[in-house]
Amino acid sequence: MAEAATLAAESLAGGKARAARTVLGQVVLPGEELLLPEQEDAEGPGGAGGRPLRLSPGVRSRVRVVCGPGLRRCGDRLLVTKCGRLRHKEPSGGGGGVYWVDSQQKRYVPVKGDHVIGIVTAKSGDIFKVDVGGSEPASLSYLAFEGATKRNRPNVQVGDLIYGQFVVANKDMEPEMVCIDSCGRANGMGVIGQDGLLFKVTLGLIRKLLAPDCEIIQEVGKLYPLEIVFGMNGRIWVKAKTIQQTLILANILEACEHMTTDQRKQIFARLADT
Amino acid sequence: MEWAMQVDKQIRTETGAEPETGAETGPRGPGCSLRHFACEQNLLSRPDGSASFLQGDTSVLAGVYGPAEVKVSKEIFNKATLEVLLRPKIGLPGVAEKSREWLIRNTCEAVVLGALHPRTSITVVLQVISDAGSLLACCLNAACMALVDAGVPMRALFCGVTCALDADGNLVLDPTAKQEKEARAVLTFALDSVEQKLLMSTTKGLYSNAELQQCLAAAQATSQHIFRFYRESLQRRYSKT
Repeated sequence: MAEAATLAAESLAGGKARAARTVLGQVVLPGEELLLPEQEDAEGPGGAGGRPLRLSPGVRSRVRVVCGPGLRRCGDRLLVTKCGRLRHKEPSGGGGGVYWVDSQQKRYVPVKGDHVIGIVTAKSGDIFKVDVGGSEPASLSYLAFEGATKRNRPNVQVGDLIYGQFVVANKDMEPEMVCIDSCGRANGMGVIGQDGLLFKVTLGLIRKLLAPDCEIIQEVGKLYPLEIVFGMNGRIWVKAKTIQQTLILANILEACEHMTTDQRKQIFARLADT
Repeated sequence: MEWAMQVDKQIRTETGAEPETGAETGPRGPGCSLRHFACEQNLLSRPDGSASFLQGDTSVLAGVYGPAEVKVSKEIFNKATLEVLLRPKIGLPGVAEKSREWLIRNTCEAVVLGALHPRTSITVVLQVISDAGSLLACCLNAACMALVDAGVPMRALFCGVTCALDADGNLVLDPTAKQEKEARAVLTFALDSVEQKLLMSTTKGLYSNAELQQCLAAAQATSQHIFRFYRESLQRRYSKT
């Protein structure tokens, strides 16, 4: 780790771009430039000396690479714009896959297709204004609920919690939510019922909890019977049989962020005993 | 140019004696030209990003809110509205604070990619906790760390370096309040991390053209140490997850 740190500092100081492959999982800082794999042998460290012979040196293979959050294209390189750990997802087909920066931020920026928990702040005519924690409230049509028609309005009051999905989310426009999927079914979305507890966590923790192989959720599920909703905007709604159990669950989930697997296992074991 | 290299060497020998690994390391060492540095991020719960920055006895707490909702009167249709508020330790902000706010705002504007979040506001609130010299540089460093913590997209990092020239023309980096008072001239620079280019400079007192170049070269050499400190500090923050 210490070695990596000095190396990284050197490269930052020297202004040399590092190869994206070599810094996977490491912390990258805004302003750093990353080289994509196909450029490594051409420009990368030590590339000039021991470069293998290529059959067609003039033709550079074009690989399709997707820039995720925290990265931007800068000429033929990637420019880091956020601090965090660099991640990479291998492509299922050909191409270079997806690169992104996994950062620990609290402010949500709407993304199309994200499932979020919002709070209804106003009813005006045929749309609801929903606070999702972004820079402006999202709009939600009263027709975007399962079974809603012009006659049959959904029962939504100001202050209700909504679990929905973004259909329009771009930087220049007001985001728009719906509570139905493309087939017109609710599919779990809609107004969240009475009781329960809503709390906020960092966006990084939500992503960790929603990862397909997350152990925390399975362990929590074994502890008490519960209902839980995760919003990609950093909000979690949880409800258990009693208020005490609800509070315990909320506290565990909040604390999970900075616990190691062993620490977490200990706490779960202690709770299971009581 | 020759002078620049000289300064660089001098700082290296003074500060780069051995890399420190403590919890609050900084670019310091025996007889160091920079004071002890310390930084902590994400220490406030309500802002989207926060940082406290310590340079010797000078300490500044920064909070960043954004990209957040913006008043219609301040809305800019193609980029984010950047606001910097500097709160003094006691009393209300006056003309000196307003002037510093403006300098910090312009520095942030140069590195923040505001075009990615149009019609939003990014607010940086800086609270002076104690002022023992090089306050503006400390404010700049605190603002940068808080912006990074908030995840605001930036094209580069930036840092602030203060130099003081005393009556004999000796250069003091990161001066204390006493050194600043006795100095013939005090120069503060903001530099970016990619090319160490000048983002902002503000000066007070009399100095020659050559001295300005000396100070700038010294600040550029020092900025490397500050950026290294930034990196170590951020790596510590991300080591927990």
